[in-house]
This record gives sequence, structure tokens and C-alpha cells, in this order.
Amino acid sequence: MNKRADTSNLLFQSSEWNFNTLYRTYDAIKEIAIDELGLDVYPNQLEIISSEQMLDAYSSNGMPLIYRHWSFGKHFVYEEHHYRKGHRGLAYELVINSNPCITYLMEENTMSMQTLVTAHAAFGHNHFFKNNYLFKQWTDADAILNYMEFAKGYIARCEEKYGLAAVEPIIDAAHALMEQAVFRYNRPPRNSPLKERERVRDRLEYEERAFSDLWRTLPQRKADEDPTETERDLSERKKTLNLPEENLLYFIEKNSIILEPWQREILRIVRVVAQYFYPQRQTKVMNEGCATFVHYTIMNMMFDKGQLSEGNLLEMLHSHSNVVFQPGFDDPRFSGLNPYALGFAMMQDIERICTKPTAEDRDWFPEFAGNGDWRGTLLDAWANHRDESFILQYLSPALIRKFRLFALEDETKENHYRVASIHNERGYERIRSTLARSYDIGVNQPNIQVVDVDFRGNRHLHLQHTVRDGIVLDEHTRSATLRHVRRLWGYDVSLVGVEAGSEKTLYETSSSKLAE
Amino acid sequence: MPNFIDRRLNPKDKSLSNRQRFLRRARVELKRVINEKISTEKITDVDAGHAISLPVSGTSEPSFSPDRGTGRREYVLPGNREFVLGDRLPKPGAGGGAGAGKGGAADIELEDDFRFVLSREEVLDLFFEDLELPDMVKSSLKEAIAFKPRRAGFTTAGAPTNINVGRSMRNSFGRRIALRRPKQADLDAIADEIAVLEAEAKPSAVSSERLAGLRRDLEVLQRRRKLVAYIDPVDIRFNRFEPMPVPNANAVMFCLMDVSGSMGEREKDLAKRFFVLLHLFLKRRYERIDIVFIRHTHQAHEVDEETFFHSTQSGGTVVSTALEEMRHIIEERYPSRDWNIYAAQASDGDNLTGDSENCVNLLNNELMKLCQYYAYVEILDERESAIFRSTDNGTSLWRSYRLVGKNWRNFQMTRIAKPGDIYPVFHQLFAKQPKTAKSG
Repeated sequence: MNKRADTSNLLFQSSEWNFNTLYRTYDAIKEIAIDELGLDVYPNQLEIISSEQMLDAYSSNGMPLIYRHWSFGKHFVYEEHHYRKGHRGLAYELVINSNPCITYLMEENTMSMQTLVTAHAAFGHNHFFKNNYLFKQWTDADAILNYMEFAKGYIARCEEKYGLAAVEPIIDAAHALMEQAVFRYNRPPRNSPLKERERVRDRLEYEERAFSDLWRTLPQRKADEDPTETERDLSERKKTLNLPEENLLYFIEKNSIILEPWQREILRIVRVVAQYFYPQRQTKVMNEGCATFVHYTIMNMMFDKGQLSEGNLLEMLHSHSNVVFQPGFDDPRFSGLNPYALGFAMMQDIERICTKPTAEDRDWFPEFAGNGDWRGTLLDAWANHRDESFILQYLSPALIRKFRLFALEDETKENHYRVASIHNERGYERIRSTLARSYDIGVNQPNIQVVDVDFRGNRHLHLQHTVRDGIVLDEHTRSATLRHVRRLWGYDVSLVGVEAGSEKTLYETSSSKLAE
Repeated sequence: MPNFIDRRLNPKDKSLSNRQRFLRRARVELKRVINEKISTEKITDVDAGHAISLPVSGTSEPSFSPDRGTGRREYVLPGNREFVLGDRLPKPGAGGGAGAGKGGAADIELEDDFRFVLSREEVLDLFFEDLELPDMVKSSLKEAIAFKPRRAGFTTAGAPTNINVGRSMRNSFGRRIALRRPKQADLDAIADEIAVLEAEAKPSAVSSERLAGLRRDLEVLQRRRKLVAYIDPVDIRFNRFEPMPVPNANAVMFCLMDVSGSMGEREKDLAKRFFVLLHLFLKRRYERIDIVFIRHTHQAHEVDEETFFHSTQSGGTVVSTALEEMRHIIEERYPSRDWNIYAAQASDGDNLTGDSENCVNLLNNELMKLCQYYAYVEILDERESAIFRSTDNGTSLWRSYRLVGKNWRNFQMTRIAKPGDIYPVFHQLFAKQPKTAKSG
């Protein structure tokens, strides 16, 4: 019964860490992660940092380096204030999707915590980054750090050459469009940093070579054309410009007439950063679920092998249960579904369904219920899903009951909510699809696209917002953002809200109507 | 093999420049907030080195975002206890509830409730940004009372202590070359040769002829050396100094306050706030400034800062005693020849009957001639403020001072009734003045 009296296997005993114990523990974790869980990871680089450095990392989107801009300063000031006041603690770790995968460990962590976060970040997140299809397809872990270095240097050089006052508004405007600066469907080509620099040079050279003052003097086209021709013209234009275009920043970068080459390059940099973070935003539940499941499994296995003492395990479990705590909706601590809690519970649930399925599970998940191979099933899920599809596919009735999930309808005009479904036979499907939909960024973010641009006339840029479920844009930020678009485009920009399905125009606004 | 890197010793303030960029950007907004804060809250807090937090909405980062007040949504929430399908839940009123808590709540907080801490230095910098002591430099600079010698080139005459050795030696060197003054080494060489020839036991005819020639040469050289001096008086150069007028930047500030019984807690508090602000401003702006605190009842005393602001005294009110005391101190310690004199007086306007005339006389005939600037701040009752704010009526002191104000451009008077008034008044008194005003 008491097999644990033997302490010879223990990796460490004191709570202080040093580099020797870190190495030893890392190797032990790696053995379990690779050999027993079958994880596949980028080489790891673990960096010990202090709390100030963690704050710095926070305010630069978690990147080790980023170009300079006041908005990062704003973030920093905000984070610093809350940290100093004790409103919130700092993360124990931070991990960067790069190759090698960089993990920041806080120096204040005890050795148990270092063990936990190494398993969590250096193996859980790392495996997810390397294997999930979204990351594989959309991000370039090999190049990102080099690219950020290039971006930082490039923008600094621009500031030197053209002045801060010229560069800052461009970045402001680009940041305003960051949400609309990602390709959701087609993959952007990948470039190495060297090619990247070559491309910049070529672009500059071309612009210089192709400049001809004569173009200005070309005669304007006559206005008296028959409507059919205008119609044809429009469709032709849409074809050549690849309209409609969902990536506003991309469109402006390629087609705005007023931008200098360096300004286009800055837009491109912001766009690349937005695209890089896009997969992370779509896989929060999965990513955290995967990492939490990995660290939980690894720490238990280590304990079973006698590598961790009971005290260490308890300390880890304590912070583990803090992380996966999910208060109810009416709890004052409630702030939405906790992605760690939901993700971890789902991963555990999958393990349960694979090994000890109930009749209900066999009913709902005939493909893998009782197949016994929970490792394979999880690896497969981690590789091939994002939050939305993952929840749609794997959220089990058992888990819905466990979380006591219910769906609430909120019609703005009504002065009450309606309970649309609860955790019963009739409600499972609805709850599952509603929850999945709430993790679909494509649905939740306003869908704004470039639909037309009048290059021959007044160069008016037409944007269209497809309004779903009657959710329109906040007018204040809409105007402010539109002004930013106007700044980048240089000519009038109009935004039309069209109701999905009925094609009814709900609102119409134009930069010319906004007070500057 | 894992790669552990210890980054703890790497430079920390990576975000410093971004923070500065942000502050610069938020400047206008910050200024507004600080001014509001200081005019309404305890002013001593600023000096105590407290940092203050500021809500900032001026640096928003807009993006297209959904309007929360429109459309149809569906949420999934955990922790259902008693709800069944079709239940209706009343929506909570303004302030958000379960629904609004979903997802976006953190973002809203970030926009509306953005607070952070500025250091005391940063606060004061912003606060006093466009304030200036009126005519800090005496307008009578032409009189140029004080001079300070300043280096200005070289001269051929002067005191020995001012000899510029480098310059003198350079001249001497040039002259020696030009006049071909023989070098000591040449003389030595000839002397050596003579010595060798003289040492010969039997000098031949050639060598004795040579010896005679050498002796002749040596004599010529030695005579030449005597004629062309190593250093000649014409070589000597002296450092030249020119007297430059120095602007008279010694300043003294007189703070006069009525502490008599008629000054209630509220009045005293307002006056103190005014002076604290003034004190802070002066301390910050000018390195070399003396501040004299005079408080008075029916008699006036010079006191130290601590007593001035914090201790109490009882008695009647005779304003002229304070002016008398001020005149006395000026005569004794701050001759107006050497000092720029500023004065600020705070009172509730009460005065002993007939004393106001004394004050006017004192000011008109003596003090205003000496003072660079005189500010009078009258503290009103909150109820009176509406009546008196814009009229010429008022206490006897106010009416009398108006006469002074007519005669002297550098006399300013104003009334305050509540803490919020102080900063605007202060601003008005010490606003940066256009250049033209200086000649007045």
C-alpha cells in the first residue's frame, strides 16, 4: 500500500529551483511526453525571466520583440497598474509559437510550479502549435522571430527617415483595421526574411522606375456611357480587383493610390502580425485544454513513477484546480466560460469516452467510443480542429450535464431573456451548436468587405457590412474606424450595412459625412 | 536537449519608450484630468508625493465592433439550477448582468476604466506646464546694476596674473625663428669643438686658424643671443575680460495671509490652497527664490512655512500691519535694487475701519514702486460669490484696492469662493504673458 516511502526517485525536494533540477525535471517530463503521450514538439528554449520582463512581454502581445508604438505603452501602463495594485497576478509562463518554441518561466515560481508550467507550455502548447492544422497552415513558426526583428527595424528606420509624426498615424490606422486584416479562407504565401527584404527592395525599385509624370495627364473618361457598359465594367472591375475582399488592409495595401511604398510595407507588417495571431484566437479552448490536459497527465504519471513527492503534487493540484475553476453564471466571480475549464473537461471526457463509455456515449460518438485509444483520439482532435468544430464534434451530453449548461436567448427589444434550452435530451444539440457558434470568430466578428471601388471616377471605396441577427456596429467606433480607413485610402469611403438574407439596407454612412 | 536561458539580467525597461510615447499622446487628456483633480481635491496630496491614477479615454483604439444594444444573441452559460425551457428572466438594468458578462466584459472595462499611476514629477510637470511668473527678469535691465567679467579675446596690456602663457610663448617662438636667435645647442657644439682644439698638445697651423675662427663665431652668436631675447615684452599677451551686465534674477516672494478670527476654516483652507499651489509652483520653477511668509491679525509676523500653513492665531484684523511688515523686511533684507519682489495676499476682505486707506497709501506710495507684481486674492462666501463676482462692490478692502489697481498695471486682484476657482484664478494670474507686456 505504501509504496511511496522510497524517496530515491524524487527529482527534487526543496521548493527552490536551480538549473540542475530544471534540466533533470525537463528530461523526466520529456520522457513521458514523447514516449508515453506521443507528443511531437518543436525544440524547446526555456527562458527564465523576472516579473518586470513578464510585464514587458505582456504589453508586446507576448512577442519577445515588436515594433514601437504608443498602444503597447498603453497596454503596459494598464497591466503594470493592475499588477502593482495587486488586482491581478502575472501568468506563470508565456509561450511563443516559434521554432524553437520559446517558453518564459517566471523566476518567482517554485520548483513544483516550474515543473507544472514546463509540462504545460513546453509540451502541451508546443505540441499544439506544431500539429494543429490552423497553425500549420497559417503561421510560420520558423520565420516569425526573424520577421518581427525585420518589422521592428523597418519601422524604426521609417521613423528616422520620415519622422514619428508621419509613421504613427499609419500604424494607428492599420491597428484599427487589424480585425479585418486576416485572410480567413486562402492561405497567404510564405516568405523567408531574406526574400522579404528582397521583395521590399524590388518594390521600392519598381515604384521608382515606373514613376512617370505623364500618367497624370491622361485624359479623363467621358461620363456619357450606357448603363449596360457600366454594369459590365463593374463586373470586370470586381474580377480584376478580386472583389469582394474580406481583408481590408490587404486591399488597401495593394490598391490605395496615395500610399508611399514604406507606408504599404507598414500595413503589410501589421497584417502579418494579425494573421499570425489569428489561429490562436480560434483555438483558445483547445489550446489551453490540450496544455492543461498534458500537464495534468504528466504530473500524475511523474507522481506514479515516484518522481514527485506528495507535497509537490498537492501544490501542483492546488494551482491546477485554480486554473480550471468554473464559477456558475450567477457567481460574482463569473466572467464567461473559462477556456481552461471547458478545454480540460472536454479532453478528460474524451479520454473517458474512449476507455469507459456509457450507452449514451456509444450513441453519440460511435466513431471512437470505447476504442481504448484515448491518446490517438486526442492527438487526432488536437491536430484537426479549431474551437468551433471541436465543440461541435466532441461536446458530450455528460459534460453538458456536468457544467449544467443552458442557452439563453437575448432579443434586444425584449426586456427579458428566454431560456432556449437546458441540459436535457431536447437541449443537448442546441446547446452544443450554440456554444460552438459562439467560438466561431467568423460569425462573431462583424463581416465587413470591400465590394466596389470606383477607380475611374472619384475613387470612392465601398465597404459592405453584412449584418447578421440584426447586430449593427457601434456608431462611435464605427465613425472613428472609418476615418482611419479614409486616411489610408485617401478618398471617400462609405460603409453600407446590409441585412443577411433579405439584402435590405439597414444603414449607410460615408467618411464625407463624418466631421473630421 | 532543452535550452535554458537565464534572461533575468537582460535589460528590463523594454517598454519604457512605448510608455513615454503613450504619455505624450495622452498629454492633453492627462492635463485636463489633473487640473480637475487638483482644483477639487486636497491640494496637499500633490505635494505629499502621492501618485494619482487617471482615467483615460482620449487614447482609444477604435475598431469595427458590434453594438451591444442591438440584435438577437444567444449565450451558453454554466451553472443552471432551476431554469427550464421557456423560462423568462428579467434583464438587469443598466450596469450589465449575466448576459453582458459574456466575453466582452473585460474589453469594456479596459476602455472605460483605464487607470494608471503617474509619478509626482510627471503630474507637476503637466500641472504647471503653461504657467510663468510675470516679468521674472527685471524690466530695468538697461540699468545693469550687476556686472560679471567674461572672457573676450586677448590684449597686450594687463595685470601679470592674467598673462596667457600659451599665447605669449607662441609669439615668442615665432619671433625667435624670424630673428634667427641662435640655439643653445649650436653654441654648445662650437664650445665643444673649441675645447677639443684647445686640448691638442701641438696645434698645427690649420687647427689654430680654425680655433680662432670658431672663437670669432662663438662671440658673434653669443652677442646675437643677447640682442634677441628669449621672451620679449612684445610677445606678452593677456587674457582680456569684458564686463557683461547680468540680469537680476534674485527673486523674493512675499506671501501675506490674514489669519484672524473672521477667517473661518473654509476661508483659511482656500487661502492655504492658493498658497500651497503658489509655493509648489515657485519651488518648481525657480531654483533661486526666497519666500517670505507673513501672517497677520491685528499685528503681523514673519513666520516659517510650517507655521504659516498649519498653526492658528487669534486676534483682530489690521491689514496694514502686514504691509508694514513687508516693507520693513524689504528694507532690511531685500533691497529692490538687487531683488525682484513679488507679493501675494489672501484675505476675506475684513479690515479695521479706516485701515484700508492706510493700506492704499502704503501700496501706492511705497510698496508698488518696489514690487514687480502684486496679487490680491479675496475669499468670498459661497453665497456672496454670485452677487459680487462681477461687480465692483465688496468689502472695504476690495473697494480700496480697486483704486490701487487703477494706478498700477502690475497689481492684480481677484475673488475666489470655492476650491474649484483656485486653479483658474491661479492660471489667470500667472498665465504666460505675451512679450509686449514685458515692456510695460
